[in-house]
Amino acid sequence: MDLNTLWFILIGVLFTGFFFLEGFDYGVGMLLPFLGHDDRERRVIINTIGPVWDGNEVWMLTAGGALFAAFPHFYATLFSGAYLALTLMLLALIVRGVSFEFRSKDLSSRWRNGWDWAIFFGSLVPALLWGVAMSNLLHGLPVNAAMDYTGDFFDLLNPFSLAGGLAAVAVFSLHGATFLALKTAGEIRERSLAAAKKIWPVAVLMLIVYVILAATTTDFFTRMGYDPGVVPLAAVVALILVRYFLGNGKEGWAFVMTALSIVFSVITLFVGLFPRLLVSSLNPEWSLTIYNASSSQYTLKVMTIVALILVPFVLVYQAWAYWIFRKRLTVDSELEY
Amino acid sequence: MDALTLARLQFGIVTVYHFFFVPLTLGLSVLLAIMETKYVTSGDESYKAMVKFWGKLFLINFAMGVATGIVQEFQFGMNWSQYSRFMGDIFGAPLAIEALLAFYMESTFLGVWIFGWDKISPRLHATVMWLVAIGSNLSALWILAANSFMQQPVGYALRNGRAEMTDFFAILTNGHLWVQWPHVFASAVTTAGFFVAGISAWHLLKGSPRADIFRRSFRWGTVYGLIGTAAVILVGHAQAQYMFKIQPMKMAAAEALWQTENPAGMSLFTIGNEKERRDVFAIRIPGALSFLAYNRFSGEVKGINNLQEEYVQKYGPGEYVPPVAISYWTFRIMVGAGFLMLLLGLLSLRASMKGTFEESPRLMRWMFWALFLPYIANSTGWIFTEMARQPWIVFGLQKVADGVSNTVGAGSVAFSLITFTLLYAILIVFDVKLLTKYAKAGITEAAEPAATGEMA
Ligand code: HDD
Ligand code: HEM
Ligand code: HEM
Repeated sequence: MDLNTLWFILIGVLFTGFFFLEGFDYGVGMLLPFLGHDDRERRVIINTIGPVWDGNEVWMLTAGGALFAAFPHFYATLFSGAYLALTLMLLALIVRGVSFEFRSKDLSSRWRNGWDWAIFFGSLVPALLWGVAMSNLLHGLPVNAAMDYTGDFFDLLNPFSLAGGLAAVAVFSLHGATFLALKTAGEIRERSLAAAKKIWPVAVLMLIVYVILAATTTDFFTRMGYDPGVVPLAAVVALILVRYFLGNGKEGWAFVMTALSIVFSVITLFVGLFPRLLVSSLNPEWSLTIYNASSSQYTLKVMTIVALILVPFVLVYQAWAYWIFRKRLTVDSELEY
Repeated sequence: MDALTLARLQFGIVTVYHFFFVPLTLGLSVLLAIMETKYVTSGDESYKAMVKFWGKLFLINFAMGVATGIVQEFQFGMNWSQYSRFMGDIFGAPLAIEALLAFYMESTFLGVWIFGWDKISPRLHATVMWLVAIGSNLSALWILAANSFMQQPVGYALRNGRAEMTDFFAILTNGHLWVQWPHVFASAVTTAGFFVAGISAWHLLKGSPRADIFRRSFRWGTVYGLIGTAAVILVGHAQAQYMFKIQPMKMAAAEALWQTENPAGMSLFTIGNEKERRDVFAIRIPGALSFLAYNRFSGEVKGINNLQEEYVQKYGPGEYVPPVAISYWTFRIMVGAGFLMLLLGLLSLRASMKGTFEESPRLMRWMFWALFLPYIANSTGWIFTEMARQPWIVFGLQKVADGVSNTVGAGSVAFSLITFTLLYAILIVFDVKLLTKYAKAGITEAAEPAATGEMA
């Protein structure tokens, strides 16, 4: 395997980790105004992700940095191309980033309500836009021979990418609901389970639409054949099992299944892309690939060594942080803030 | 305005804004770690109250640093795509390493620190704060490695129309990095020191409860700030001498020195005519600039006009003179702030050691207002560093005009410029409001949210 392929895989891993972890953060954020009926309950909901959300967000920042380092042309084309969409996403992320800290700093309910809705939109918008963005890589964007994006904002919006955005919102909400059920006890847990059951059919429906559109508007199935292998199937099976475990009240397993479903979906997407990074809708020859968009071999080598040394540490101490905060929270818990 | 001007304006605004929060994070994280270590080794609860109080302000500031940092990570691809293509090898690598090595560390351990007071042992809790401090300061090191390359390119080869990395260690051992990072670290220590001393002085002046803790905080802040100030000045001097070598144009602009002189005089006050490149009015100390550059009162210092000619020969026709007035004044404001802080710090230290500080309301008031000085010096320092490098985005290799995104229209840039600026303006109001509120609340029971119905 060459270094370009290795970095394609590593970036796939970073995005998988990002969607798995931030997936439930976004989900919890989107559910916050609906599942928390009073201030104390909302605090409990926020505190389920309080200690970890920033660490989770770093998966996105690392994915961004790694794209810049390994495939600078891709970083340059995509981010300048999706300029307005990215601006919206950044605005949402800025607001979300401060709201966890600012919310508790004033007792007035107007202040707190305001920040709760900031958390809601700050989670909804990135979830939607990441779904749109990832789908567009596969769908194809107007990119010319010089790797420059020639379209505008509306070229980012097509049925496939929109379905991808909505699917992301639905699946992340489901993921968030199972996470909340797992991390809380009492009434909030009951409510989260009920919410998960309601969201589940929507998520399944969105995914079906998404797969149909993938077949009709992308080259996924023509390239992969109509038997795309076990990974996408596993994603589907996991999603179905979510409902089974929800029915049994086994939220732990339900959470594992939403996680697996996200992980396998992201892997499917990356398998469908390989060895391309961004398909050109103008001419397949102009697509950005892991070869024409990459850094020098020397940089890839340096980055490989650095990643091999550092990633294990990161995984260990992030796991440690989750371990420390493994206990379920209730309105009677001692809460920071 | 064209897309380039807008993109530059935007980069300047969001980055200087990000850097309002960065130095306090860098400096205060270390100071908090020291305080908490003292708490663990002494077992004295008043140290814990001290950590909690300053920790709260730290966290409000940190949230803003994180939120504004996200923009930084993406804006190079958005606004500077040509630059990103050209520099991916060299800029992307430190940025990715910064995230992997530093951001993970600071964010994960900070989460544990905030929520872990009663979940892990005090000793481990203090260790976690040290890890946050180390993580933050490592992040500065890596991003500055990238910035140093832009000031002084090393360890690369021009291939395929890009600057490709050929020597990773050369980038890490870049001479510029090892004057820039100490300068930034020392300025962060200064910022945190004066922040702590200033707010403590305010409480002592108002006679707030727990004067014992504020008296101690004041002393710690003063000593810490004074060490920082001395270091930032010493390193700044070394840095300036280094700049005479690698970017003589920057220092010529800093001194508004139009013609090469030997020995060169240092400007105390100059009003110049930038268009005609000459002085209108100037007071100069003979030989002092040579001294600054070489530690002796003679030696040639190149002037702007001579350097312009030299650069035209070397890099082809073009304008190589940065905005002189901005370079000149930002440099002076930074240096002036430094010496003012040195003076105030020394006065306070003496008063504090003699125990007369609280008898001098004037000094207390000055020390409060002095907490803004590092902010002024930090911002002018960066504006100087970046503006006086113009027209280069990467010195000698790429001009700013060639680095901007070629596919993003002025309308798009204007949209993001306006929305970011508006949002940032709103957030700074909240931020200052909250900082003031929690700083003023002091260390009373009311400052502990548990007592107000909110849980601690
Ligand atoms: C590694 C890259 C890098 C880093 C760490 C910084 N800068 Fe910079 N700066 C640039 C890379 C850069 C640049 C990309 O080269 C710019 C963009 C446009 C330009 O002229 O240079 C620039 C411009 C620029 C400008 C506007 C200059 C102009 O347009 O004429 C200001 C005021 C700053 N920067 C300030 C800062 C501050 C406060 C920083 C600290 C956080 C900072 N820079 C870090
Ligand atoms: C222009 C280049 C820069 C980029 C791309 C950048 C990127 C970022 C990002 C993405 C974050 C958020 C990390 C998180 O979520 O925890 C951040 C925060 C931070 N950055 Fe920057 N940054 C830049 C400039 C700088 C400089 C020059 C320094 C230091 C000298 C610095 C020091 C920090 C620190 C200490 C934090 C922690 C949060 C805080 O400040 O409160 N950054 N930066
Ligand atoms: C007498 C005192 C000082 C001298 C001689 C000095 C010198 C310098 C020089 C020459 C630069 C430009 C470096 C470059 O272009 O790479 C610089 C930048 C800077 N200065 Fe200072 N400085 C002094 C005081 C201060 C103080 C008191 C602070 C803040 C508390 C400060 C903060 C900064 C910052 C943040 C930068 C930008 C980062 C960098 O390039 O290092 N400086 N200083």
